[in-house]
Amino acid sequence: MALIRILFLMLFARPLARVITGADVIGADNLPRAGPAIIAANHNSHVDTLLLLTMFPVRLIPKLRPAAAADYFLKGPMIGWFSRNVVGIVPVERTKAGTGEDVLAPTREALKGGAIVFVFPEGTRGDASDEIGELKTGVARLAHDVPGTNVIPVWIEGAGRVLPKGARVPVPMNCTVLIGAPLTWTGDRISFMLALREALLALRAEAPPQRWR
Amino acid sequence: MTLSSLLAAAHVRPIAPALAWGMAGVLALLLLGTLAGLALPVLRPKDDHTNLRQRTASWWVMAVLVGAALVLGWGAVMILFAVVSFIALRELLSLAPLRREDRLVVLLAYLVIPANYALLASNLYGIYLVFIPVWAFLVAPFILAMIGQTRAYLSTAATFHWGLMTCVYNIGFAAYLAMAPLTKAPQAGGAGLVFFLLLATEANDVAQYVWGRLVGRRKIMPKVSPNKTWEGFVGGWITTFALMWFLGPFFLPVRGYQLAVLAAALPVAGFAGDVTMSAIKRDIGVKDTSRLIPGHGGVLDRIDSLTFTAPVYFHLITFFAFGRLPWP
Repeated sequence: MALIRILFLMLFARPLARVITGADVIGADNLPRAGPAIIAANHNSHVDTLLLLTMFPVRLIPKLRPAAAADYFLKGPMIGWFSRNVVGIVPVERTKAGTGEDVLAPTREALKGGAIVFVFPEGTRGDASDEIGELKTGVARLAHDVPGTNVIPVWIEGAGRVLPKGARVPVPMNCTVLIGAPLTWTGDRISFMLALREALLALRAEAPPQRWR
Repeated sequence: MTLSSLLAAAHVRPIAPALAWGMAGVLALLLLGTLAGLALPVLRPKDDHTNLRQRTASWWVMAVLVGAALVLGWGAVMILFAVVSFIALRELLSLAPLRREDRLVVLLAYLVIPANYALLASNLYGIYLVFIPVWAFLVAPFILAMIGQTRAYLSTAATFHWGLMTCVYNIGFAAYLAMAPLTKAPQAGGAGLVFFLLLATEANDVAQYVWGRLVGRRKIMPKVSPNKTWEGFVGGWITTFALMWFLGPFFLPVRGYQLAVLAAALPVAGFAGDVTMSAIKRDIGVKDTSRLIPGHGGVLDRIDSLTFTAPVYFHLITFFAFGRLPWP
């Protein structure tokens, strides 16, 4: 199964990302070379996950685990199989948040096992307006709970135009992935989330204007 | 089976001697560049030579792609240039200010590319001539009007027009030359015409750059392209004119004053294409149109001169040598 995932990502997903987005990466030196690490990115499209999965060297592919909403990505047998085995998601039961259940437990376990987890702190896809939504603090809790976890801020420019929320047909347009310097745990959630937000805004300022006017 | 029968079975035509020599010359230049990239870090260890190495490595990839297409025949050239048109148009439409409502028009603009190249491949030259400049020109603003968003309407229509004309229509002329029959271009065939266009255009880019770096002092248009100088332009013009004047007879069906007009016009067109795209990039606020080609930037950065030289080269040769109209 791991081989199927590698083959799918290398032979299909990577060329697809190249054709429909160009898949430009700025700051690849900041990519983690091992887990545990969190990629914290803005979110406007499923193309975000495609770009993040295909920007890593092949030897790190087994470690890549996008954190994804269980209510969306595990809702049917087909999409569930694809999400688990090919995308390699770690499920987040976001509908159970606030019920007392520890919805971050699977993600925490993945990090402890040395995974590189993708987290979209906005919680859901935005409308590609290039604004950052309110950031949920799960990423801070994970950074605190698993010592040694680097949090890498990533700004993805343009993906919300290729395949926005609700669209079925992708339209090829160039995207750029900007990878910032790793953040480490600051000691408290508020200052950590502020640092993450500042880092994302700084990356956005560096991005080419691949956005709607 | 002999080699020639194998080649015949694969529809690979023998390469004209001039083209083979030309490709060998490019190969020699690439080897020279590679050696320089290896020697410079030893001779001048303090400077950073990453850019030269990247540029040379990218030239290798581009030369191999173009060379392979030219050897394989005009079908491969058409496919290669259609891909180049697609990437260039994608880069332009992604950076130019478009509105959220234009998303599906972007998709339609890409569909113009296969239609454009299919017309060329079918030798429907007359329809090709008007397909983008008339039909796409009229249909695009009509669709934009039907969408109903009038904010920035005119500049949006102009963006689609500009993108289709430069990235698709103008580049199409370069690809179409590959179909020129041997009767029209007996020197080195259609592949030789394409090769010489690309050689002259890229040599002009490099010569203007090198002359500018060596002796450039007087800025030629500081607001658009601050690194361009009169010395670079004139030095590049003389170099390209000389290259075309002396090598042209091996590739082109034009001689004498006709070759002189072509050799004089091409470096000016190359310069014009370069600074026009520079003005667009400066307007948008970017230095490169993407990062696809290490050391060069995007595809559009690489073909900016070609978007102007291709139609100039095509039409001057057609006017002088093909009896006012090309072959079909």
